Amino acid sequence: MIKVKVNNKTVEVPEGATVMQACEVAGEEIPRFCYHEKLSIAGNCRMCLVDIEKSPKPVASCAMPVANEMVIKTNTEKVEKARKGVMEFLLINHPLDCPICDQGGECDLQDQSLYFGKSTSRYEDTKRAVDEKNFGPLIKTVMTRCIHCTRCVRFMDEIAGTHELGAINRGEGMEITSAIEGGITSELSGNIIDLCPVGALTSKPYAFTARSWELNHIDSIDVSDAVGSNVRIDEFNGEIKRILPRENEEINQEWLSDKGRFFYDGLKNQRIDKPFVKNKNKLSSSDWKSALEIIIKKIKDTNPSEIAAISGSLTDTETMYTAKEFFKGINVKNIDCRFNLSQVPYCNSKDWLFNSSIEKIDVIDKLLIIGCDPKREAAVLNSRIRQRWLTGNLDILTISTPDDLTYKCNSLGNDISLLSDENIQKKIKLFFKKANFPMVILGDSILSTKQGEKIHKLVKILSQQSNLIRENWNGFNVLNKYASRVGGLTVGFVPYNNGLSSLEIKKALKKNKIKVLFLIEADDFLVEDEELENAFIIYIGHNGDKFAGNSDVVLPTSAYTEKKALYLNLEGRPQFTKIVTSKPGLAVDSWKVFKALDQKLSAVIKYNTYDELLEEMYNDFPQLRNEKQSQKSKWAIEKNINIKLFPEINNFLVKNFYQTCCISRSSENMANCVREILKIKKVNNGNY
Amino acid sequence: MKKVYLILKSLFLIDIVRGLYLTFLRMFSSSVTINYPYEKGKISPRFRGEHALRRYPNGEERCIACKLCEAICPALAITIDAEEREDGSRRTTQYDIDMTKCIYCGLCQEACPVDAIVQGPNYEFATETHEELIYNKQKLLDNGDRWEEALHKNINSDIEYR
Repeated sequence: MIKVKVNNKTVEVPEGATVMQACEVAGEEIPRFCYHEKLSIAGNCRMCLVDIEKSPKPVASCAMPVANEMVIKTNTEKVEKARKGVMEFLLINHPLDCPICDQGGECDLQDQSLYFGKSTSRYEDTKRAVDEKNFGPLIKTVMTRCIHCTRCVRFMDEIAGTHELGAINRGEGMEITSAIEGGITSELSGNIIDLCPVGALTSKPYAFTARSWELNHIDSIDVSDAVGSNVRIDEFNGEIKRILPRENEEINQEWLSDKGRFFYDGLKNQRIDKPFVKNKNKLSSSDWKSALEIIIKKIKDTNPSEIAAISGSLTDTETMYTAKEFFKGINVKNIDCRFNLSQVPYCNSKDWLFNSSIEKIDVIDKLLIIGCDPKREAAVLNSRIRQRWLTGNLDILTISTPDDLTYKCNSLGNDISLLSDENIQKKIKLFFKKANFPMVILGDSILSTKQGEKIHKLVKILSQQSNLIRENWNGFNVLNKYASRVGGLTVGFVPYNNGLSSLEIKKALKKNKIKVLFLIEADDFLVEDEELENAFIIYIGHNGDKFAGNSDVVLPTSAYTEKKALYLNLEGRPQFTKIVTSKPGLAVDSWKVFKALDQKLSAVIKYNTYDELLEEMYNDFPQLRNEKQSQKSKWAIEKNINIKLFPEINNFLVKNFYQTCCISRSSENMANCVREILKIKKVNNGNY
Repeated sequence: MKKVYLILKSLFLIDIVRGLYLTFLRMFSSSVTINYPYEKGKISPRFRGEHALRRYPNGEERCIACKLCEAICPALAITIDAEEREDGSRRTTQYDIDMTKCIYCGLCQEACPVDAIVQGPNYEFATETHEELIYNKQKLLDNGDRWEEALHKNINSDIEYR
């Protein structure tokens, strides 16, 4: 620890800390533009100048490491003059268009010019003007406003890892521009909007629709992937205007994927707002009473073994819990939440969780990624791996992954059967030898191939043999793609008593052995239209997507911004979404559908309100109360057996990053991304 | 002595005579009453009357949908909706003022960075129904066109004090 004096106050800071950090410890706020905690230090805005004793000139505090007995002053006349001078320089070329700037009201430059700016300008020459750049359909640029802090350039280099932005020319001619014409392709590009301290980069879908001071902020979570990023949803006039990440060091740091940030307009389009019933091959609007009566009649007329239910990627945990109770009540055993035909085992929670926790990625030293595409399946998590990789001493091996994961990795090949190859297994064991914090990431993608079950077993055995599972460390991680999956597996929305799994349901559908199929927001259930032809389809969901049109009964429900609902992220961390807007039309929370059906049939569900439901669910599954509980479960040891795999190519779950759920498929923003960004992305492993 | 004076004063109606004398004198000075509505009083260039949305001389509306007037309005009388116009500029799609909520304080005019919303010299906009007093964007722009000459003059006369 080093002792320094800041404005006559002595503080202790660790060695290698910067002067700015010392000032912050002392409670002095230093104005800044280019400095950002998560990015490397650039020191080019010069706003953070402070006075250091024995130094003839003011010093940029963000780039200056502290020395022992340093005397720092932040309130002298010299500092004041320096800050005012820097601000005057910055404002020379900055346009005075705050009234039409979307950053107005939350702009760093606007706020700081209030304290350090002059009320009039002394500059009499013509101001600089810069051409707009095309940064794609999500990011709007007004480059004349840019103050060249290079935060966006550093973000693309360091966090997103796609190196798409840079600065060209020098001095007054300096411009930020993209390397390739046509837009930014990164999955995390939206974050540069938040990073931009001025209005040079703003959100295109949000452009001019609201002002920052009139928005209502509601804390919620993101359901576009299984990471469970914390978000803040901004609402105005009953409409969602934008979604911003919320800081949570344990999950998403302060980043958010483009899908989670921009897919909100899908909540306005293609919404199902009333029940529909098929009449002479045509869906016609109906009411709840008659729609439920049709379903009840159908259930009574059908043998329970010919009824099946599949839940989808956005189904909340409460719904799956209630649905499970309901289906148990009517003796239906064919229920499954693994709509993507994944074969992940469902008995022990260690088998499907990201056991090491996302936060611990910061300490790992050996990483093996098997059969998944973290860049598209969990973009924020992938950037965390990259951040860890940038700090050095991390070796990464991959099997059956795309080759553009933004960090350097040794690929062992793309064929799944390599996993059972003896040489490869030896290589892996050697790789993990002497590792302090080894980690395996097993993708849900590879588990949804034909040999998924075997692969899971094999990787478990391999992890045990490589000493990945220790007393205080569990390096076995499954990367789930869907927000609902961990919740569904936890509350047991899976086949029981020899019920059919999703894969078997698909086969049974083909053989015409399933007569009634419930699709609970399951738009991504991997079946062909012909397979569904003979079954009576009941679709329960909020967006008219793939299946709604083919269904016999359609029931409207609320989306994640319209209800309080529990989602478990891939670590098993329970988090709630909150009510932001009201439900459209006759839509209800989806658990109530099953409560209503149950009342007319077996009446096993005793709870009537949401709070009673939560209480009951918590009693049955105490791990839903907090994440510490879910980590308590024991590791189920897999017996060492020889497993042989036949050659197969991994079938990645995310073929198209921008459209993976019914909300994103209804979203215009995402459709624009598909049209403009995917066009310029190189085709890679059949993925975009 | 004082008592006697008071008795005499009330006996001879001194105060009444004084008052009547003043009334008599007024008969010879000029009249201040005007024949409204045929005649109208003079008003200050800062008079805060009916609102108007102004245009630039080339016909382009001035309002840029910054919503500062909406933010400052103490009576919450202004409602604005904005979106990007086809040419990429920031414009309002809706600009409503509830003239019955408005307290005619003039803060909207002061907040406006482009002199778009102004309070003009017109004070004769009484209507028969409430609905007519909820002004929309078209009505406000029409007001601007109608009163532009006077508005321009008023703002110019005040320019050195702003």
